[in-house]
Amino acid sequence: MPGAIYAEGLVKTFGNVTALDGVDLDVPEGTVLGLLGPNGAGKTTAVRVLTTLLQPDSGKAFVAGIDVLKHPNEVRRSIGLSGQFAAVDEYLTGRENLHMVGRLYQMNAKAAKVRAGELLDRFNLADAADRPAKTYSGGMRRRLDLAAALVVSPPVMFMDEPTTGLDPRNRQQLWEVIQELVAGGTTLLLTTQYLEEADRLAHDIAVVDHGKVIARGSSDQLKARTGGERVEVVVHQSDQLAPAREVLAGFGKGEVKTDPHTRQLTVPVTGGAKLLAEVIRELDTRGVEIDDIGLRRPTLDDVFISLTGHAAETANAEDAEDTEGADGAAKSKGRKEAGK
Amino acid sequence: MSAITDAAPAPRAGGGIAGSVRDSLVVAKRNLIRMKRIPEVVLFGLIQPIMFVVLFTYVFGGSIQVGGSLSQQSYREFLMAGIFAQTVTFATAGAGAGIADDMHKGLIDRFRSLPMARGAVLTGRTLADLAQTAVTLVVLAGVALLIGWRTHNGIPKALGAFALLLLLGYAFSWIGALIGLTVRTPEAATSGGLIWLFPLTFISNAFVDSNNLPTFFRHIAEWNPFSTTVQAARELFGNLPPGFRTPDAWPMQHAVLASVLWSVLILVVFRSLAVRKYRRAAG
Ligand SMILES: Nc1ncnc2c1ncn2[C@@H]1O[C@H](COP(=O)(O)OP(=O)(O)OP(=O)(O)O)[C@@H](O)[C@H]1O
Ligand SMILES: [Mg+2]
Repeated sequence: MPGAIYAEGLVKTFGNVTALDGVDLDVPEGTVLGLLGPNGAGKTTAVRVLTTLLQPDSGKAFVAGIDVLKHPNEVRRSIGLSGQFAAVDEYLTGRENLHMVGRLYQMNAKAAKVRAGELLDRFNLADAADRPAKTYSGGMRRRLDLAAALVVSPPVMFMDEPTTGLDPRNRQQLWEVIQELVAGGTTLLLTTQYLEEADRLAHDIAVVDHGKVIARGSSDQLKARTGGERVEVVVHQSDQLAPAREVLAGFGKGEVKTDPHTRQLTVPVTGGAKLLAEVIRELDTRGVEIDDIGLRRPTLDDVFISLTGHAAETANAEDAEDTEGADGAAKSKGRKEAGK
Repeated sequence: MSAITDAAPAPRAGGGIAGSVRDSLVVAKRNLIRMKRIPEVVLFGLIQPIMFVVLFTYVFGGSIQVGGSLSQQSYREFLMAGIFAQTVTFATAGAGAGIADDMHKGLIDRFRSLPMARGAVLTGRTLADLAQTAVTLVVLAGVALLIGWRTHNGIPKALGAFALLLLLGYAFSWIGALIGLTVRTPEAATSGGLIWLFPLTFISNAFVDSNNLPTFFRHIAEWNPFSTTVQAARELFGNLPPGFRTPDAWPMQHAVLASVLWSVLILVVFRSLAVRKYRRAAG
């Protein structure tokens, strides 16, 4: 039995751009899938296909068990969508926007009104509720759009970069809303550039690049794949970088990387906390004064960089190649060796 | 803190004609609110026909012969149905521009992802424009009365004439909608929506007695759906000048019936074309 969101071999081309190049997805009911990928990877295109906004060239898609291509209107009854760009009417007030959406979800006028009020409160828009949306700030518009996606509580939700442009407090609150939804049984597909967000919300993560899913698994699985732990040291003075480097080379299982600017050294290790204690003792013996030392596990950022060859939020792949690409490749190589 | 899930009712299935009408009215309300917040659009829509009334009446007033009459009053009364009809048709370019604009805004994705009736986005828009046109006609009729226009067959028939005019405008607004869906920008929709209206309104009986046109154009004018409605409105207003000879063409002889038939035909054909186009315009 396929999951609440299921796709098989989705292909979509725009002229000579292949936005989706055979995407497979399977999201079990009541779970969250985080779709990660660099700009232009095809995340939005995948969301648009699954929400009936775009016809794929080939492939199959089912949402809530309904064939998206054959019965788009039934699918629309079972989904909520917050797209990458806010879909609200600029000249309507926040309240009028939500009321309209409620009515178009076939709610009666009174229920739609009550629901609009609740959502405005919940998304901290009560003060601005009766102003036209064109007077809203970017983050306010974003929240209004999210509220519109939640007017009814459909079994399957799609959110395309829901927290982009939100301040930390509102982001935190949206996370709570999402967790509440999922606790209530909603299935969610979420795209994001914030790896912390995927780490925190998603049960499963799929990394997309050039229209293909290049890795999938839980956050822990992906991190494990990327490599093991490493020791990071920040020395007090630049002239201590060299002795510190010698010490780390003795303990490390790979190349020691040095960043003179931040006076930081990094080396892949095995051995955990016990090893850390030994490193500290040895540094002390050699008279290296340290500002900070720690054992770090890979973050999703590391996973992202090692898988796609460049960092998230890098607008341009070429730029990434120049500044971080070589570095990223080296890192990923080092980690893979360490992981073996 | 209110719960996000508890209060939310599960989406219900809409559908059927009732659902379609309701969705259209919800969208129409949205467009009416927009008009209220951008009143300059409505305002300019009013100024243009008023200018036409004044210009035609005072500039051409005495120099155009209608029927056997050269009197200023006859022409003024004869002219008014033509200007009313021109007003309702020219308003359709605005409908097209509005739809072209909507199609390229994010909101259309919201509409397309909702379980609403398929034609409702377009129907809502055309209904709101119809309401705007009705307001324009009322103001225009007021101006016309001020400068001496009168009807002679009683109020019910006069209202019937306005109903025919609005029906024509509504039918034509679906042509505007189709143009709006076809072009890429609101600007193109405005000019594309106006081009075809010039020959339509000028090769007609709107401003001149079609009997005085060269034969070729006379035939076109007499079968033109626009002329048909103008003729029907003139009959109902009692604005045909003394000595006017109604042309022999069937639509002119049965102007009221022909006007309804033309409008319904245009409405059905262009509505289905536009709704189909809207559904295909995915991404
Ligand atoms: N309507 C379109 N016409 C032409 N090309 C398109 C269209 N929509 C998307 N593309 C192309 O398809 C590719 C995937 O785009 P998509 O918007 O899905 O990326 P994304 O992963 O959402 O990126 P981002 O992180 O920047 O939002 C890009 O190369 C984009 O230029
Ligand atoms: Mg995107």
